[in-house]
Amino acid sequence: MARAEVAADQLDANVNAEAAAEAAALELPPGIVAQTLGEYLRGSFARIKSGQSGVLPVILGLLIITAIFGAISPRNVFLSPGNIVNLFQQSAVFMVLAMAEGFALLLGEIDLSVGYVGAVGGVIAVQLVQPTTTHWPWWAAIVAALLCCALIGALQGSLITVLRLPSFVVTLSGLLIFNGVMLILLLLGPFSGILSLVGQGPDLQVLYNLMWGTIDPVVSWIAMAVVVAVLALILWLGDSRRRRSGLVAPPASLTIIKIAMIAAVGIVVVAICDINRANTGTLEGVPYVIPIVLAVLGAWTVLLQQTKFGRYVYAIGGNPEAARRAGINLRSVRTWAFVLCSFTAGIAGLLYASLLSGVSNNFSGGQYVLYAVAAAVIGGTSLFGGRGKPLHGVLGGLVIGAIYNGMYLMDYPVQWEFIVTGVVLMLAVTIDSLSRRGATSGSVARV
Amino acid sequence: MRRRHRRRLHRSQHLVINDGAAALGGAISQFHSRGLLVVSDTRAVENAAQPSAPQTAGEPLLKVRELDKHFGPVQALYKVDLDLPAGHVTALCGDNGAGKSVLTKCIAGIYQLDHGQIFWDGHPVHIRSPRDAARLGIETVYQDLALADNLDIVQNMFLGRERLRQGLLDEDSMERAAKETLASLKVTTVRSIRQPVASLSGGQRQSVAVAKAVMWNSKLVMLDEPTAALGVAQTKMVLDLVRRLRDRGLAVMVISHNLNDVFEVADRIAVLYLGRMAVQGPISEFDRQSVVEYMTTGGLGLQTKRAQPTSGGN
Repeated sequence: MARAEVAADQLDANVNAEAAAEAAALELPPGIVAQTLGEYLRGSFARIKSGQSGVLPVILGLLIITAIFGAISPRNVFLSPGNIVNLFQQSAVFMVLAMAEGFALLLGEIDLSVGYVGAVGGVIAVQLVQPTTTHWPWWAAIVAALLCCALIGALQGSLITVLRLPSFVVTLSGLLIFNGVMLILLLLGPFSGILSLVGQGPDLQVLYNLMWGTIDPVVSWIAMAVVVAVLALILWLGDSRRRRSGLVAPPASLTIIKIAMIAAVGIVVVAICDINRANTGTLEGVPYVIPIVLAVLGAWTVLLQQTKFGRYVYAIGGNPEAARRAGINLRSVRTWAFVLCSFTAGIAGLLYASLLSGVSNNFSGGQYVLYAVAAAVIGGTSLFGGRGKPLHGVLGGLVIGAIYNGMYLMDYPVQWEFIVTGVVLMLAVTIDSLSRRGATSGSVARV
Repeated sequence: MRRRHRRRLHRSQHLVINDGAAALGGAISQFHSRGLLVVSDTRAVENAAQPSAPQTAGEPLLKVRELDKHFGPVQALYKVDLDLPAGHVTALCGDNGAGKSVLTKCIAGIYQLDHGQIFWDGHPVHIRSPRDAARLGIETVYQDLALADNLDIVQNMFLGRERLRQGLLDEDSMERAAKETLASLKVTTVRSIRQPVASLSGGQRQSVAVAKAVMWNSKLVMLDEPTAALGVAQTKMVLDLVRRLRDRGLAVMVISHNLNDVFEVADRIAVLYLGRMAVQGPISEFDRQSVVEYMTTGGLGLQTKRAQPTSGGN
C-alpha cells in the first residue's frame, strides 16, 4: 500500500520532470545545446514562438519598418543611399545613449539624467574649443568633457550606493540639475546661449567631423575587410578550440553563418556609404561616426561579457544577494556602472553636438533619455535587470532612428512621431515582461 | 573548577569517538545489530584510509566548545558543544527557534561568538567573516541557494572567484573545471552546463549550489534544509549527492526538519533545544521517537534511560 503510493509519487515526479525538461528545452539558447544547424534553427524558432526575446525580433522589426517606409516614402527616398547614411548618423546618438542606459538597466536601476549629462559633456567640449575664448585643443576638450561626465556619474552613483537613495529619484534630480547646468554653461562667454561648431579653426573642425567627416572609400573598404577578418578569426578560432576540447560550442556551420552575416553587413554598409550621395559635387565614404559607435559597442561588449566587472554587473542585476554572498563589492560595482553610464552619455553628447554642429538651449534631454530607455528595451534589454547587451542598444537605436527619420520624410507632424515611438516601446516592454512572466511561471511549476 | 570542567569536556569527546570505535570492534550494545551502523562504519574505515580524510581516526574536523551567543537580551545559544567529524554526515535538528541557523551562521563567520571556542583540525580558530570560513574550507549552502538566475551554471559556480587569462575571463578553463566537479558528483541530469540557472529544476539548482560549495577544496559543507520544497525524486537526488560528499571524506552538516531524510542520510545527529545542545551522537543510538522527544522537550523524559554523549547545560 505504502509502496504503491511511493511508486505513484515517483511516477508523478517523473512526469513532472519530463514536462519541466520540455519547458526548459524551450528556454535554452539553442546555441548551447544544438549539435547541428537543423537543431539550432528548430530551437531558435521554438524560442521565438514562446516569446523569448533575442535579437531576432528587433531585426525583424527593423526590416518591417524599413520595408514600410521604403514603400510609402515619396520616390522611395527612405532607401536612397543619402538617407540611409543620414539615418545612421541620426541614430548614432540614440545608439550610444541606449548603450549608456544599458549599464543602469542591467543593474535593475534606471538613469534618467543621461540626456542632460550628455548635453553637459557636449557643451563643455564645444565651449573649450572655441577659438575666440578658451581655445583648447580638440583632444583635451574631449577628455575634459568625458571626465566631467564620469565625475557626474560617480557623484550620482555614490548617492545611490552609499546613501541608498533610489536611482529613479537621484537621477530625476540629476535631470533637472544638469538641465540647469547645461543652460549656465551655454551662457558662459560671448555666445548668448547658442554654441556653434561653425567657424574657423582645426579644433572646431575635428569635433564637427565626429559625425560628418568621412573616410576615403578605398580606405573604408580596406578597414572594413580588416575588421571583419579579425572578428572572423577570433570567432572561428575560439569556437573551433572549444569544439575540439569538448566544451559547449555552436556547430561549425553556425559559426560560418555568423561570420558570413558580419561580412555581409560590413559589405552592405560600406557599399552604401561609398555611393556618392551629394546632389552636387561628391560626398562619399563611411562617416567617422560609424567606427566610433562600433568602437563603443566593441569596448563595452568586451567589458560586460569578458571581464569580472561585467560578470558582476550581470550577477547584481540577476540576484544581488547571491552577488553579495559571493564576496562581490556591490557598492563599488554599482558606482562604477553609473560612472560608465554617464561617461558613455558624454560620448553621445559629443556626437549630438557634432550632428547639430553645436548645442543650443532648446536641447530636450528629457525626451532623449526616454528614447534611450526605449531603444535599449526595444533592442531586448530587460527593464528588470540582469538581461541585455550593448548590441541591443545599437539595434534599438536604429529602430528609433528609423521611425524618427521615416516620419520626418513623410512630413508627418512631430506628434505622430511621438505616438508611433510610444507604441513601439509599449510593444517591446510587453514582449519583455511576457517572456519574463513565462520564465517565472515555468520555474514555479518546476519546483 | 575550570580545569575540572575541561577534563569533563575531554571525556565527553572521547565518548563520542569511542562509540564509533567500539562499534568497529563489534562489541557493543543493543544497537549494534542495525545494518545502517555497520555500513556507515565500514565507510568510516575506508575514509580513514584516504589521505583527504585524516580526521576520522582522531579529532573531529570541527569542534565547537561552550559557544554562547546572544542578541540583546535574547540568549540564542547557551554553552553549545558540537563535533563535526570528517567523512560523516551530521544532522542538526531542532524545533523552530532552537538556534540551528544561529549556530550555522556562527560557524560560517556571519555572526561572532560571545563566548566559547571553535577548533579546526584541533587548533583554535577565530572565524570573523565568511571569507575566513572559506579560507579554512568551510562552505555553506543556504536555503535560498543564492544563485543568479540569469547566469549559467559555470558562471554561478565561479561567481566571485573567476579565473582570468590576460585580464579577461578564462571561460574555457572555468567550464572544464565546473564540468569535472559536476561529473565527480555524478550530477548528470543537466542538459547543458551553459544553460541559465533559471531553466533548472529545484533539485538541479540544489545540486549546482552544492557543487559550487564543494569546488573550492572545501572540507566542511553545511547545508540548510537542502530538501525542503523538493519532490520525491529530487530529494533522492540531493541525498545521494550528500552521501557522495561524505564518501569523498568531507565533513557534512545537514540542517533538517525532515526526520525521514535525517535517518536516511545522517551518520550522526545533534539536537538543539532552546539554544542548548540537547544531545548528540551516532544515529544508531536514536530512533525517530527519541529524536522527536529531544526536539520538543530537550529529552527530559529520556535522560534516565540513556547516557548522553555530551550534555548541553550543566
